[in-house]
Amino acid sequence: MRVALFVTCLADLMKPGVAFAAIRLLEHGGCTVEVPQAQTCCGQPAYNSGDRATAIALARKVLDEFEGFDYVVAPSGSCGGMVRAHYPELFRDDPATLKRIEGLASRTYELTDFLVNVLKLESVPGDFKGTVTYHDSCSGLRELNVKAQPRALLALLPGVTLTEMNEAETCCGFGGTFSLKFGEVSTQLADNKCGHACATGADAIVGGDLGCLLNIEGRLRRRGDLKSQVLHIAEVLAGETEG
Amino acid sequence: MELRSNEFKARAAANLGNEKLQKGLGLIKVKAVVNRANAVAEFGDFETLREAGKEIRNRALADLDLYLERFEREATARGAVVHWAENASEACRIVVDIAKQNGVKTAAKSKSMVSEEVGLNDALIEAGIEPIETDLGEYILQINDAEPPSHIVMPVIHKTAEDVADLFHAKHGTPRKTDPAALTREAREILRPKFLSADMGVSGANFLIAETGSTLIVTNEGNGRLCTTLPRLHVAITGIEKVVATLEDVSTLLRLLPRSATGQAITNYVSLHTGPKRLEETDGPQQFHIVLVDNGRSKLLAGEMREMLRCIRCGACMNHCPVYQAVGGHAYGWVYPGPMGNILTPSYVGLENAVALPNAATMCNQCGVVCPVKIPLPDLMRKLREEQMVRGLKPWTERAGLALWGWAAQRPALYALGTRIAVRFMKWLGGSEKLIHRLPLASGWSDGRDFPAPAGRTFRELYKERRT
Ligand code: SF4
Repeated sequence: MRVALFVTCLADLMKPGVAFAAIRLLEHGGCTVEVPQAQTCCGQPAYNSGDRATAIALARKVLDEFEGFDYVVAPSGSCGGMVRAHYPELFRDDPATLKRIEGLASRTYELTDFLVNVLKLESVPGDFKGTVTYHDSCSGLRELNVKAQPRALLALLPGVTLTEMNEAETCCGFGGTFSLKFGEVSTQLADNKCGHACATGADAIVGGDLGCLLNIEGRLRRRGDLKSQVLHIAEVLAGETEG
Repeated sequence: MELRSNEFKARAAANLGNEKLQKGLGLIKVKAVVNRANAVAEFGDFETLREAGKEIRNRALADLDLYLERFEREATARGAVVHWAENASEACRIVVDIAKQNGVKTAAKSKSMVSEEVGLNDALIEAGIEPIETDLGEYILQINDAEPPSHIVMPVIHKTAEDVADLFHAKHGTPRKTDPAALTREAREILRPKFLSADMGVSGANFLIAETGSTLIVTNEGNGRLCTTLPRLHVAITGIEKVVATLEDVSTLLRLLPRSATGQAITNYVSLHTGPKRLEETDGPQQFHIVLVDNGRSKLLAGEMREMLRCIRCGACMNHCPVYQAVGGHAYGWVYPGPMGNILTPSYVGLENAVALPNAATMCNQCGVVCPVKIPLPDLMRKLREEQMVRGLKPWTERAGLALWGWAAQRPALYALGTRIAVRFMKWLGGSEKLIHRLPLASGWSDGRDFPAPAGRTFRELYKERRT
């Protein structure tokens, strides 16, 4: 099975280890993983800022680069959701492209969703030990129905105890450019999230989207918490990574 | 109501630091969010009900003109008088004229957001008619120098019992008390005689029923009943989009509305008004006027915001909105706060007069999944953002930033080079702590958060190295 990794721009720049971890997990599940080298971004920042033309241009670019694979997997519900839930709308007036886009959308998955529902993994290579709490990122949760998948995967790790936080499904306040435009509000929401997460006493706050994780970690550190780990689910599941 | 939506950012930031307000807002989660969740769970298949609600509202909007005509016919046949108001000032003029023609001195009002929207109280006062808000929340606001509501269902959610205690003590001159029941009793004692002496009752309407020509209101306090039955005149004012075809349709919507708003299976009162008092009846108003307000609605009907007209004003979207929960309703600067306001305000007052609102959301879609009539609120906000982009209503910094980034993201070689430089620079900024305390050009982030510094090389650099 040929799987293309959609690295996501945040993993590419900020946390390469997440992409390496994703590759490790996919290979563990028997996939042949390829990384199209010209990929950049799914276009969501443009789309959500109202720049439809740029969003369409980038969606076309993704289509051309990823169309030839059996599956496309992204370590992000946000980028996965962009392709699955929003790309088709961008081409509603272009039937020929729409058909191709719908094909691509149906073969595009968020990482944990793919590991559970397509690969049906029964083991993962990681060896994390400790308690974790899981933040449900909005796009994954509400666009792709990612809720049980990461928890099922965490349950495969014998050393991991999951302690749920209050309001796990509430937005952390990231919201892409929202975090810059409405910094104070965004920070407040991040602070609420940190409060709920820390109240569990977990060693690590885990999530499936780097945007949220950078936001949560950034607020946590500013609050003076240098100890709690903030980890992408792929890192936890894959164990020691080369990133 | 004074429009202050362009001050959203500053007012939101100020409200974050307002401890008292935060205490009041905290109650929303306890009261509305938890109660709704329980009510939905108890109901069972709420999803099917939401779908039915959406269809009912869509059907009504698809033939809005026909249903409105039918409504007018049926209402008129039963003795009501239907008035059409194209805009806010016309709506006010109609109500004032009715009052003047009938020598009205005081008007008892039950809660109506459309009356807020058109500024009815000010118009009545100007014409020498005293409006008396009889909904407890609205009454509190009225005696507090006509403070605007901060929520469409719980207008004083921003106030604590302590605030109300101070206010009543100051305005009523009674001994200060904090027990909510005692405060309610005090308001009731003051309001009763006003009900009895009012010449005109003004209500809103949650729904208009085309087949019977009836208006319907849901309330929990019973003041709505008094306003609509005791005075000799009853004026119901509402938006033209509130019409539905049948009583059957309304019964479905009534299962959605209270559950979504407050988590109740049904409100304490559901009142249907069909014509004025008939000859053989002993109670009821002698005249029943229905003022149907357009004020921008028919324009929405024809455009991309059409789905917004399905709204049944339950408030669930704001109750569940993390931004609303943090900043409160006043920050939004007009009648309708929260996600629905992010769409309605710019639609009704002009996009240029509410530039921040469509952007004041994280797009988490918590609103969309609770909306009883399945309005895709984030999608509509995004469409307004697109319109802002086309009309040049976005700050040049945002446009320039986006343009540069978008241009580079379409040129992989250049993008690779740019990102390589950027991550190295960011690594350097992070220093030995690996935390950036101050992000150049992004103080919105770093005023309240650090930024975890990257490792200094992009994934694609590392990947290429390892695979060759
Ligand atoms: S938009 Fe939906 S959730 Fe919000 S008030 Fe209207 S009906 Fe309720």
